[in-house]
Amino acid sequence: MNSHTLIPTVQLHGDFKQRARGALGDAQLRQNFRSAMDSLMAKRASAFSDADERERLRALGNQIRARALSKLPELLERLEQNLTRNGVHVHWAETVDEANAIVLEIARAHEARQVIKGKSMVSEEMEMNHFLAERGIECLESDMGEYIVQLDNEKPSHIIMPAIHKNAGQVASLFHDKLGVEYTKDVDQLIQIGRRTLRRKFFEADIGVSGVNFAVAETGTLLLVENEGNGRMSTTVPAVHIAVTGIEKVVENLRDTVPLLSLLTRSALGQPITTYVNMISGPRKADELDGPQEVHLVLLDNGRSQAFADSELRQTLNCIRCGACMNHCPVYTRIGGHAYGEVYPGPIGKIITPHLVGLDKVPDHPSASSLCGACGEVCPVKIPIPSILRRLREENVKAPNDPHQVMRGQGSKYSPRERLAWKAWRTLYTTPALYRLFSFFATRLGGLTPSKLGPWTEHHVAPIPAKRSLHELARQHLEGK
Amino acid sequence: MSQLFHNAAPNATRVAPPLPTPRQYPSQKPGQVYLFGTCVVDLFFPEAGLDAIRLLEREGLRVHFPQDQGCCGQPAYTSGYTEEARRVARKQLELFAEDWPVVVPSGSCAGMLREHYAELFQDEPELHARLEALAARTFELAEFLLHVCKVQLQDQGAPTKVALHTSCSARREMNTHLHGRALLAQLSGVERVEHDHESECCGFGGTFSIRMPDISGAMVADKTQALKASGAAQVVSADCGCLMNINGALAKQQAALRGQHLASFLWQRTQGNGGADR
Repeated sequence: MNSHTLIPTVQLHGDFKQRARGALGDAQLRQNFRSAMDSLMAKRASAFSDADERERLRALGNQIRARALSKLPELLERLEQNLTRNGVHVHWAETVDEANAIVLEIARAHEARQVIKGKSMVSEEMEMNHFLAERGIECLESDMGEYIVQLDNEKPSHIIMPAIHKNAGQVASLFHDKLGVEYTKDVDQLIQIGRRTLRRKFFEADIGVSGVNFAVAETGTLLLVENEGNGRMSTTVPAVHIAVTGIEKVVENLRDTVPLLSLLTRSALGQPITTYVNMISGPRKADELDGPQEVHLVLLDNGRSQAFADSELRQTLNCIRCGACMNHCPVYTRIGGHAYGEVYPGPIGKIITPHLVGLDKVPDHPSASSLCGACGEVCPVKIPIPSILRRLREENVKAPNDPHQVMRGQGSKYSPRERLAWKAWRTLYTTPALYRLFSFFATRLGGLTPSKLGPWTEHHVAPIPAKRSLHELARQHLEGK
Repeated sequence: MSQLFHNAAPNATRVAPPLPTPRQYPSQKPGQVYLFGTCVVDLFFPEAGLDAIRLLEREGLRVHFPQDQGCCGQPAYTSGYTEEARRVARKQLELFAEDWPVVVPSGSCAGMLREHYAELFQDEPELHARLEALAARTFELAEFLLHVCKVQLQDQGAPTKVALHTSCSARREMNTHLHGRALLAQLSGVERVEHDHESECCGFGGTFSIRMPDISGAMVADKTQALKASGAAQVVSADCGCLMNINGALAKQQAALRGQHLASFLWQRTQGNGGADR
């Protein structure tokens, strides 16, 4: 392998709207996302060919997640007890800094120089690669998509398919430039190139890091699904395995994982089951031939308990990270994942990120939706994403002195001017005499409508009021009856 | 009938609409109805409201149009100005004192009355029974014509092709696309053509189109492109928000294609005089 640097820190410039504008102007990016999302939507649709079965399963998935969240503190304690009994070291981190410090401490205790990572979005929250690299520890991604974005100093653009913004030709050029291999657009060959490079790294690594799909409280089991085998390699070959996950990933018992797994894999990629389903319940035992000698679990809060505290926002934590909401989102499809500028893009990103980083850090996220409802319609655990987006808009325009403190950074879009405009709107529509006067002049003076009406006329002609309002037409029409 | 449409996938990317509990319709056609015209229809598409009245009258109904009506409150609600939305919504609640159905020529405004008023007033339990009753008698126009009036349309127009655009809230809250399709299917001279990504949002989203003009503009550009490529001579929709968006963009592009409200289209097709009576 070439001596490419392994510090993937792309600083995304500008605000959300600027990044979105940039993405919208990138025809290749638009094409890559449109075709990828179309294909993913079709795959999901074919995996759920029976609508009744799908709806029953979604309702069940929702119940399972709601039940787990309803006793979250208790389940987390049971999870810790049972994992500890199984020989897993459990660590609690309130912030990403604490989580990184825990990982670093484990790494230093083992004098680790190299870490191999399976796919983990929580490690992206932590910016673990960057954190460890700065401290002289190489952290290599082993998921093919993650490997590709790491090679190109990028961040994932999708939670399931991190390199979905690239087509085969772009990956071919990247491998040619960064790995010095012969240029090939053949996907199988590209995968082989990646695998050969990574294979060696699994054996060299001192520590394997992974995420967790479901943490089972009753048995102390960490469930991890994947298709490439890199997850199994990362969690079994190195001497130490560190799993990192959010506190909301806990479920009560193994039976709960069966419908959730079905929902996850079918919603994500249209698969009935993933190629690998790893159930990790502890380090290598005395009579076992393989597996890590040490297993750690880092449970990260990072703002999740803020969402947990509000019964409506709590539903955000139902998420099982399938990515179906982004696959079906007309906004995500057009701007791609990077434009969101955060770890979690798309509809779920818009509702979880404000808790992780503060609403004031992502003030445009709640507004970046037409509330079309496609996300809520496909969500396997029935998170009412559009309703939660609307709720976040409400939190976002709260006055600074609002006594009801719901979330960090609330009121970031508070505007006395806009508030006044809505007050005027309200007065108009609650005072019929005033509305009659207004509509009388609006319809008579429609010809005076300016041809430029702010952002609207960038893509439309200005709407001109009709010559008579329906109020007038209806009165005339119905009077004679 | 709706089962048939339910399984017909116009294209690979179609999102099948959920029907958690199919709506029960009154078996008897009522004698009188309210029309809630909506704010966008009132100022920008009043003829659609008037055609809705005509269609209902032709079914033998007496139509009442409370003159104090304004807006359902949706623009403020979806913008996060919940208290302003609540005040406007409360005003509308006073309008429909009699137990007649409330017919709305817009899927999204009907959805607001039917689905979201309960959320809006959740802290006022004394209103719950009234809101529940209002939700039960609120109908989107196409739904009401089809399932309550059991309308039988006699097409008088020349053969034509139309594309049906359905607003997202209408699609997911009121299933208006199924009703619109069924009504168009009654017109012998009308061929309904599919368009690419038919189930995808047109990009309007109320204030979204103003707050995120670039993204909204990209969405309506794709939508209008798909509509133009569909071979339809005109676009029909039961939501005037979408129509304002789609027509405004088509006019900006100087395209010949335009969208018309379903009520106006149905009225004109079934009059035999091309709507010359207006």
